[in-house]
Amino acid sequence: MYTAPHLVLPKISNLSDLNVYTANGGYAAYRKALTMSPDQVTDEVKRSGLRGRGGACFPTGLKWSFMPKGNDKPKYLAINGDESEPGSFKDRQIFEDNPHQLIEGILIAGYAMGISKAFIYIRGEYHKWVDLMQKAVDQAYAAGYIGEGMKKTFGGDYTIDIVVHKGAGAYICGEETSLMNSLEGDRAYPRYKPPFPANKGLWGMPTTINNVETIATVPAILTIGADTYAGIGAKGHAGTLLYGISGHVNKPQVVELPTGMLLTDIIYDVCGGVPGGRAVKAVIPGGSSMPPLRGDEIEGVRMDEESLKVLGTHIGTGGIMVMDDTTDIVKVTLRIAHFYHHESCGQCTPCREGCGWMEKVLHRIDHGDATRSDIDLLLSVASQIEGHTICALGDAAAWPVRGFILKFRDEFEARCKPDRSFVSLNVVHGRRATAGSLVESMR
Amino acid sequence: MSTTFSADELQEVARLKGLYPEPKAAIMPVLWMAQKKWGWLSEEVLRYVGDVMELPYAHVMGVATFYTMYFKKPMGKHHVQVCTNVSCMLRGGDKIFDHVKSKLGIGHNEATVDGKFSLEEVECMGACGGAPMIAINETFYENTSIEAVDALLTKV
Repeated sequence: MYTAPHLVLPKISNLSDLNVYTANGGYAAYRKALTMSPDQVTDEVKRSGLRGRGGACFPTGLKWSFMPKGNDKPKYLAINGDESEPGSFKDRQIFEDNPHQLIEGILIAGYAMGISKAFIYIRGEYHKWVDLMQKAVDQAYAAGYIGEGMKKTFGGDYTIDIVVHKGAGAYICGEETSLMNSLEGDRAYPRYKPPFPANKGLWGMPTTINNVETIATVPAILTIGADTYAGIGAKGHAGTLLYGISGHVNKPQVVELPTGMLLTDIIYDVCGGVPGGRAVKAVIPGGSSMPPLRGDEIEGVRMDEESLKVLGTHIGTGGIMVMDDTTDIVKVTLRIAHFYHHESCGQCTPCREGCGWMEKVLHRIDHGDATRSDIDLLLSVASQIEGHTICALGDAAAWPVRGFILKFRDEFEARCKPDRSFVSLNVVHGRRATAGSLVESMR
Repeated sequence: MSTTFSADELQEVARLKGLYPEPKAAIMPVLWMAQKKWGWLSEEVLRYVGDVMELPYAHVMGVATFYTMYFKKPMGKHHVQVCTNVSCMLRGGDKIFDHVKSKLGIGHNEATVDGKFSLEEVECMGACGGAPMIAINETFYENTSIEAVDALLTKV
């Protein structure tokens, strides 16, 4: 039924071994890139329609073209494998099953942009996957596919070094400027943009930051050609996507399928439906920061950025979270708000304070101590965070709270007890604290 | 126990510093080394890391406190991390956390008196397809349950 090509996660066993990888056409794409000029490689990626797989869907080839030409100063490539958005667990599949394709993608990207040093930033919790990736890098070094050995293996002068860097538990490091500060050895506070990383990135030098899946897709594009790739999946958001489906489905999994799949096909066919044949109440389409879809909205929804944008949400990281009709929406919203409060780096006041207040108010609603005006208060706090912070964490915190309230307002209102006393300290006048001249004159 | 790296470890620190355009960037891997060696990052350890990295203590402290995985107090031999984020919560992760809490008699970020266990309610670990999940030290246990966690805690 779904005969999509498996471009990023081919069904070949032991592909993580370099010998198996090369026996199955590994490094042919890089050799092909070497027959082209760097600009031709960038153009090929541009024409393929590849958009970033880290959540923002920025056109990859266009991003590469922002990098200044020439070699008068060092340039860097950072691969974002922080993968900390709740509901996302796709990149670790690449570290585990196809790390050499990521390395080959780094070679191609590095060649296209004239970069000689790349960093793979992997979240600290992925101990095992950091080790697997390091093993693959060591193997590639030993075989002359990275570093000085490239001159002998591929001919020519171009070389690139790759460093695997392990994080230590901070969601914010998935934000590209925060990732750069973390890599440089500082507290991982996001930076202002502009200057954009392509002008002033790591150590003040031109830098490109790409998601793991994005770079792992690049060799496949060169192999099958940009036109073929652009013909896969949805128009405007071409290619295959690693969907990660979790929550209330019978078979949670990471699966590579074309973009533009019907959400219902993914839930019912690929993932075997909802346990107990229950109804779907809500779906978060792309990781916890994306506004949710209500169960009655998912029919006919296609999983690509352009289609989801029309519905007021985004494809994000492709992390689909399915919730059945037993789910307590208020608790889910509270849990998400708790996460963003926990992960706010504290640099911008609207996010640092606002995320805390959203969690507190949601806690009050969950415990039945809220009034209905608290729901509007939540919406107001969300609006005051969104767009008022240096990085997108503020938006990521505000969107799901607002999204869940807009879609499930009844449920929030039902939790605001009708018999609750509305006489609270902030709505009554209790004790007189000021007195005017009239009173003085009457004494 | 004196707070110093061995000669081999110091060589590793030098290698790590060389991987980056500026040696300061090696602070995260060096903090990982220090935590592996001493179990947690005491003030003494952080000051020593500062000496080795030629960075002010305040900077080392600043970096160490930014990340949740660097322990700023002693943790148990078996650090039990239970995910209660959405995907795990939907499949019972919060119940597993409550169970472990009452079984071990400790709360979030606390260790048992004998130092055998510590508990942390962690945010998403990127194992949503295997929810609910827990991790003990560096190993993930996915598709777990209260019974399976009980068995694990008895075994270790």
